[in-house]
Amino acid sequence: MHMADALLSPAVGGTFWAGTLAAIAYAAKKLREKMDERLIPLMGVLGAFIFAGQMINFTIPGTGSSGHLGGGMLLAILLGPYAAFLVMSSVLIIQALFFADGGLLALGANIWNLGIYPCLIGYPLIYRLMVKKNSSPKMIAFASILAVVVSLQLGAFSVVSQTKLSGITELPFSTFMMLMLPIHLPIGIVEGIVTAGIVNYVRSLRPDLVENIESVKVLPSGGSLKKIIVVIALFAVLAGGVFSWFASTYPDGLEWSIEKIYGKPELPEKAHPVTEMLSEIQKKTAILPDYSLPAVKEEEKKPSWPSVDTGTSLSGLSGGIMVLGSVFIFGIGVKLVRRLRKRT
Amino acid sequence: MSHHILELKDLYFSYPDGTEALKGISFKIFHGESVGIAGSNGSGKTTLLLNLAGHLLPTKGEVSIGEILLTKKTRHEIRRKVGLVFQRPDDQLFMPTVYEDVAFGPVNLGLPSEKVDERVRNALEMVGCLNLINRPPHRISEGQKSAVAIATVMAMKPDILVMDEPASNLDPKSRRQLINLLKGFKHTKIVASHDLDLILDVCERCMIMKDGEIVADGPAEEVLFNEALLGENNLELPLSRQNSRLSFR
Amino acid sequence: MSFDREYFNVGYLDSLSYRDTFVHKLDPRVKVLVSFIFILFVVSFPKYDLSGLMPYFIYPVFLLTAGDIPVKAIAKKVLYISPFAIFIGIFNPLLDTEVVLTLSGLPVTGGWISFLSIIVKFILTVSTALLLIAVTSFPGICEALARMKLPKVFVIQLLFLYRYLFVLLEEALRMLRARDARSSGKQGKDIKTFIRLISVLLLRTIERAERIYQAMLSRGFRGEIRVLNRHKLGIQDILFVIFSVGMFYIFRNFNIVGFLGETVSRSIR
Repeated sequence: MHMADALLSPAVGGTFWAGTLAAIAYAAKKLREKMDERLIPLMGVLGAFIFAGQMINFTIPGTGSSGHLGGGMLLAILLGPYAAFLVMSSVLIIQALFFADGGLLALGANIWNLGIYPCLIGYPLIYRLMVKKNSSPKMIAFASILAVVVSLQLGAFSVVSQTKLSGITELPFSTFMMLMLPIHLPIGIVEGIVTAGIVNYVRSLRPDLVENIESVKVLPSGGSLKKIIVVIALFAVLAGGVFSWFASTYPDGLEWSIEKIYGKPELPEKAHPVTEMLSEIQKKTAILPDYSLPAVKEEEKKPSWPSVDTGTSLSGLSGGIMVLGSVFIFGIGVKLVRRLRKRT
Repeated sequence: MSHHILELKDLYFSYPDGTEALKGISFKIFHGESVGIAGSNGSGKTTLLLNLAGHLLPTKGEVSIGEILLTKKTRHEIRRKVGLVFQRPDDQLFMPTVYEDVAFGPVNLGLPSEKVDERVRNALEMVGCLNLINRPPHRISEGQKSAVAIATVMAMKPDILVMDEPASNLDPKSRRQLINLLKGFKHTKIVASHDLDLILDVCERCMIMKDGEIVADGPAEEVLFNEALLGENNLELPLSRQNSRLSFR
Repeated sequence: MSFDREYFNVGYLDSLSYRDTFVHKLDPRVKVLVSFIFILFVVSFPKYDLSGLMPYFIYPVFLLTAGDIPVKAIAKKVLYISPFAIFIGIFNPLLDTEVVLTLSGLPVTGGWISFLSIIVKFILTVSTALLLIAVTSFPGICEALARMKLPKVFVIQLLFLYRYLFVLLEEALRMLRARDARSSGKQGKDIKTFIRLISVLLLRTIERAERIYQAMLSRGFRGEIRVLNRHKLGIQDILFVIFSVGMFYIFRNFNIVGFLGETVSRSIR
């Protein structure tokens, strides 16, 4: 699932861009050290392949809904982690520009979520460790499913964290988590199956081509594997911290909003069933209340609610309408100028 | 008669999986000749071209271009002398613009940028595509792609122009334009094709390949009008020749 | 959206990007930079500041009109992707129900304001991303990225991807048509068929990469690819940056909208 600009804050978006750029520089450096020149046309063309492949839908058995190929894991299996990461990033860049999938600021986070997890974590730490040269198709399928599921769960978790850290949406953290994580489980399984299916089929049809690619891949050395593990450990600590912080604030947030809601006389009918459902979900995510945590700053939560600035006062509204009108007139003016220029 | 520019002596080539694709090929091609190579699919035409151009190294036998014998060390030099135009222009035009595609070769030759610019413009002029110079390759027609692909090779000023099925993707008009273009080139030319009419139009000499061997080699008009010979090789008379024997009912 | 449609859309935006207007001729680095800064400013608005966002429409409107881009193309795309933003944003009015103002008797909650804010931000950012590619060719953007010091191997590979994008889309389209012709209705869309189809496409792609490599070798490729830098910064580029970023800054830090609104309501009284 892609992040969107409208749900990000500049700080979160900027941070993930920085991380992504660092990862791109790192992968490029690793690649340059050992790269076979054949990789250049191969990478580009495989990127185009993934892009085209993603546009083909298939129906998921049992549900009737349609799915499509993600591609990160498949690329990693074919090209090795570094090349695959660069290719996946490229595919996402093209999607961001031509399809506006997400947006330019969110692109940094999207590359992180959909590129780093499958290519630089899922593949080297799970798939690669389980699959050897002569592994059976069943082993490949199992490794593929596991690696993809883990990558997608990490990705889903990141989307939720990025959204919550940005603070634009009111969607409560654990509700969002309860939506995202379970949904991405079957998605991950299907993608894992499809990826393995492709790898196995291709191997059986043209083992010579697969051999060719094996010789061209750039794989992480033992040293870089260690680095990756360190980064993940750090990430896990960070994620654990973030998760628990929100877990602690969330119950307060929900209770607070319930209080506010029940305190108000003119209440839209909609709110009741929703908050009831949410509190149901909250009760089910039993893990959260058991967390012992640093002090929750409830005062910090409050200011964001009632602080409504001039933007919403009446003069703000009428001003807004006038501005829109002027922009519209401006646009027409530009068009006129162009037309006049064309004539001369 | 000018000295020969290409000589094959008993050339054998086998693929890594054991398939013997070329079995003892010998011939000489002279400066300025235009030679067609006809043969059914699987006869070894493409493999022969790849050997000539230094992309594949002979398993046995010799390939010499000018004074240079093809070896692992000399392949790069051979590639410069032999301009190979592949079958599918899309695979030959891989840069963001036509200019950069045509410039690719000269740049790799180490020429300074003014020289590169000059070569690019001349080559495009030669194929009549100068107006496409800044276009991206995915926005030009198939015929234009074929022409530009030739330009990418001509910009390197090769001694020999070698082409593999140059007109296979072209509509009749583009095909005709290509034929006229090739007729105008004074370069030594080798054209491998099924399109016997094209060979008839463009080449003075024609060889026929079958199962990795040369089974005929002579003036194009003799070889290509020999029905029996053609029939043995899964080929037919060139269409232009067929028509002249139609009876009118 | 069907494959056909999406293919067409990509091709359409791509063809627009090679036009020759004032905006198209601006240095791509400048356009990428200004668009990115634009988005940063837009998303930096706090969740209840809805009207402060309004002046920002001037940037996409400018790109649209001066770049001669048809409104329909952009609007259709924006609409098509909006469900995601709506789905996430709709929780705001559901949860944030404190009434913050009344419009001629109708109470408006903070939740609706922040929801609209999300929608407006969405429209602004998405249209800008589309307009960026519509007025800057993709190779132009790659040039901008390279000159902004992204690794060369990355940029070159991006260019290759772009070059063969349409070729692959064509191939995929042909395969899909063949599949549809042979299977009536849903039969062809199962996972097994998909795997077969995609695997064949993959193999063809790998073979194609090999042919491209041979073509590169035949023209002397030894590992280095040089890509042209076609743009030089001109005075119009510098002015464009200064003017745009200046405007964005002013819109963010001065309450133009409120000021306008008050002046008008005062003069009416």
